[in-house]
Amino acid sequence: MFDYHFHWRPVLKNLPDLLAAGLTTLEVAVLAMIIGIVVGLGLALIRLYLKGPVRWFATAWVELARNTPALFQLFFFGFGLGAMGIHMSPYAIVLAALSFNCAGYLAENFRGGFQAIPVTQVRAARSLGMTAWQTYTRIIIPQVFRIVYHPLTNQMVWAVLISSLGMLVGFRELSGETQALASRTYRIFEYFAVTAIIYYVIVKIILGASRLLAARLFRY
Amino acid sequence: MIEIRGLEKFYGSLQVLKGIDLDVPNGEVLSIIGASGSGKSTLLYCINALEAIEAGSVVVDGIDVHAKGTDINALRQKLGMVFQQWNSFPHLTTLQNVALAPQIVKGKSKAESREIAARQLEHVGLGDKFDVYPSALSGGQQQRLAIARALAMEPEYMLFDEATSALDPELVGEVLDTMRLLAEEGMTMICVTHEMSFARDVSDRVAFFHQGVIEEIDTPAEIFGSPKSEHLQKFLSNIR
Repeated sequence: MFDYHFHWRPVLKNLPDLLAAGLTTLEVAVLAMIIGIVVGLGLALIRLYLKGPVRWFATAWVELARNTPALFQLFFFGFGLGAMGIHMSPYAIVLAALSFNCAGYLAENFRGGFQAIPVTQVRAARSLGMTAWQTYTRIIIPQVFRIVYHPLTNQMVWAVLISSLGMLVGFRELSGETQALASRTYRIFEYFAVTAIIYYVIVKIILGASRLLAARLFRY
Repeated sequence: MIEIRGLEKFYGSLQVLKGIDLDVPNGEVLSIIGASGSGKSTLLYCINALEAIEAGSVVVDGIDVHAKGTDINALRQKLGMVFQQWNSFPHLTTLQNVALAPQIVKGKSKAESREIAARQLEHVGLGDKFDVYPSALSGGQQQRLAIARALAMEPEYMLFDEATSALDPELVGEVLDTMRLLAEEGMTMICVTHEMSFARDVSDRVAFFHQGVIEEIDTPAEIFGSPKSEHLQKFLSNIR
């Protein structure tokens, strides 16, 4: 009954293409994280310190990003905006959706991080004559960074994995590339097995790098 | 000289300071005693403008602390503060904790700031702890670190907000000794404290706070020897 014969050769022949697509995946995930960190930090600070419409906007962003499927967010930036006449390249659609999603999650991480720093740290810094800016950049942010560091790593892994949804809007990242190659040869299982290994290795590299960096950064 | 006139402070509708008048001349050590919630700590926070005030004024060396155009960051350099919760910066080593403000607030070179920090840490007896992080220090050591950090800005006044209240009993002595040392060196100090022996032995004057007013202020001998107000008598008898 089990008469499927594995054929790995076509997959291995196209391995360079898969690895190149893996780099595209990593690239879009890293860019989304950078945008997500900057925007997420902004959203967190808005939700902590501002009132009115700008705060409602930030709250709506965080709520939508965290409480709706990532796939729907991707479709919004692809087909939703497309229906409104705004057409972006598959790369831009995935980057936008992923950044939107990461910013929402990271905003909550940052907000929790800021709330974990006792207000007395601010008082101590200000009592020494530091300005509000110096207090934030030299005392608060470095402590928040440590608190959010591991959640940040998790988010990076998450960004790599959900970028695979990109294939549904025609983006040739690792999953999209795999899908395209597999449908040409019908070696679907073999292709996705190899691709799964590539994802696994990418994630392991991220986790390892993160651990090495943490050991250097946080000595206290 | 610190001159406080008619100072009033509210938290919402609750008035915690109800018209404080107080002069602290240079070189004086003033202890403030009184029950919790009587406004002692709040007064300290109003002196260096960590809290805003609703009425009255605080003048330090002729400068109105709460006036609009006052450069509060410059003024705070004159007013060192030590907190009940010592508030060391956990991400910085002992030396970095002390060297940071001289470097970024006063604009001194890194080398000079570290030199100042090293000197102040020696001063409070932490000369062998330069490169450890605060988490490796005891509460008493962290509080001495906080004192060194404030002293590194070369303040003219030191404000102590219950500096020993959060410490284990066996660690109180080392911090009080450091405060005594400062007093002997001529530092002007305002110490909110529950340590009656410190108030009696080290201060030039003692102020008794009761429900947002200074009910009695005098030499330690008078305050502890012949207290006049009924509240002070009751407060002292409760402590003994």
